[in-house]
Amino acid sequence: MHHEPSPHAPADEPVTLPTQRAAGCPFDPPAGLAELREERPLARMRYPDGHLGWLATGYSAVRSVLADPRFSSRYELLHLPFPGGPEGPPPPAVVGDMTGMDAPEHTRLRRLLAGKFTVRRMRRLTERVEEITAEHLDAMERRGPGVDLVEAFARPLPALVICELLGVPYADRERFQGHAHALMSRESTPEEVMAAYAGLQEYMAELVAAQRAAPSDDLLGDLARDSDLSDDELAGLGGFLLAAGLDTTANMLAHGTFALLTTPGRADALRADPELAPRAVEELMRYLTIAHTTVRSALEDVELEGRTIRAGDSVTLSLEAANRDPGRFPDPDVLDPHRTATGHLGFGHGIHQCLGQQLARVELTVALPALLGRFPTLRLAVPAEDIPLRTHMNIYGVHRLPVTWDEV
Amino acid sequence: MDIRVDRTRCLGAGMCALTAPQVFDQDEDDGLVLLLDAHPPQDRHTAVRTAAGICPASAITLTEPGSPPHP
Ligand code: HEM
Ligand code: SF4
Repeated sequence: MHHEPSPHAPADEPVTLPTQRAAGCPFDPPAGLAELREERPLARMRYPDGHLGWLATGYSAVRSVLADPRFSSRYELLHLPFPGGPEGPPPPAVVGDMTGMDAPEHTRLRRLLAGKFTVRRMRRLTERVEEITAEHLDAMERRGPGVDLVEAFARPLPALVICELLGVPYADRERFQGHAHALMSRESTPEEVMAAYAGLQEYMAELVAAQRAAPSDDLLGDLARDSDLSDDELAGLGGFLLAAGLDTTANMLAHGTFALLTTPGRADALRADPELAPRAVEELMRYLTIAHTTVRSALEDVELEGRTIRAGDSVTLSLEAANRDPGRFPDPDVLDPHRTATGHLGFGHGIHQCLGQQLARVELTVALPALLGRFPTLRLAVPAEDIPLRTHMNIYGVHRLPVTWDEV
Repeated sequence: MDIRVDRTRCLGAGMCALTAPQVFDQDEDDGLVLLLDAHPPQDRHTAVRTAAGICPASAITLTEPGSPPHP
């Protein structure tokens, strides 16, 4: 195909992916993404391995790629946007890792699971999530002021919920949380990632064997009983579901609290009106976009926003930049719990849009107002600059969040 | 307003049931979209348009008088 460059064609100098957040702005996407989005919402990008691909930062470009079946999610076709990764293409998705699969293989697994994660089923868990939340708040109160919110609240809560949903003994969490962490860290070597997968798989294989012998009423038992999944697939899916629901929700809880506590008036707005929670949660998902970046690879030539993306080109999708696009969300850099943030890409879009999103919504809408309501004087125990940020992780957030409150 | 849903495209993300619960639900077994009301009253149209717009699988089609089908 022949293309006449238009007189207004944007500079075609390839960019690299900005990854450094400006000091003192723990909630804003890395510096430079906003300028790129304004000047070149779909830019050529030089990948760390030398590949010349693309970087999409504009809402419409990112959303279009996510919705378009001509873009693949298969890992082995992708070039990775972050420096320091392994040489060469990544290995294909391990059995059960749905995010690295395309239709129709993906459709089969997604269809098996969709019925287990409906809005209604997840809402039925509300009461249980409320109980688990209250137990953790009670424990915090007993310990007295001065806890790390990540360790006391944000990490255990989603871990307990996903364990109960799947039917995984919570007592085994030491075994799987380390593996899940290694899978999510950009600092893990490929060997560490493979080892973590193997470890998780081995753990799940034991559970699957037990479920096949005597299926429980939990999700794993359900799948073990009715589906045509092989043992390997069941173990793989189980491990993937377990890992997918841990760090993500935990970081939304911790980073969300960090944002609410340090943006004037936001925590009080939620305390004053708990009905605001569903809206505030959508807005936090948009504003924080902790799952910040994903990648696709073009299976054929695709015309997009006046450019031609060639078959084989990788496209890095900056979900965090798209969710701050002023063309889609007015005053995007303001955390406004009253706005309608519906349509944000914080859970992705298209066929891979988060399977667990309705569960995450229930957890966040229950837990955040309960935490703020229980501790009306909750505040950071250290200066905001001293909060350690997850700068090299696929899921952004905080490593620790020391908080304190006045005892009554 | 005339609504159609395509259950072969739907992937059960539940955005429709969350956004316009009087009009859409999800099947208890397969999680896929169920259309409760193909011709909802006026006061539900905004929510239905939002639902159609955000459906990640473009599985909801609307026809409104005087406009071509969208999305
Ligand atoms: C607030 C917390 C969460 C966030 C921010 C989040 C974010 C995301 C995003 C952005 C994707 C799409 C990835 C892509 O397209 O490359 C995704 C997929 C997925 N998420 Fe979540 N997620 C959260 C919670 C959960 C929970 C609680 C589960 C529970 C099981 C879960 C399970 C999954 C699964 C299975 C997929 C893959 C779906 C597919 O490929 O069809 N997530 N998530
Ligand atoms: S929003 Fe779309 S994909 Fe999700 S359940 Fe409704 S029709 Fe299906």
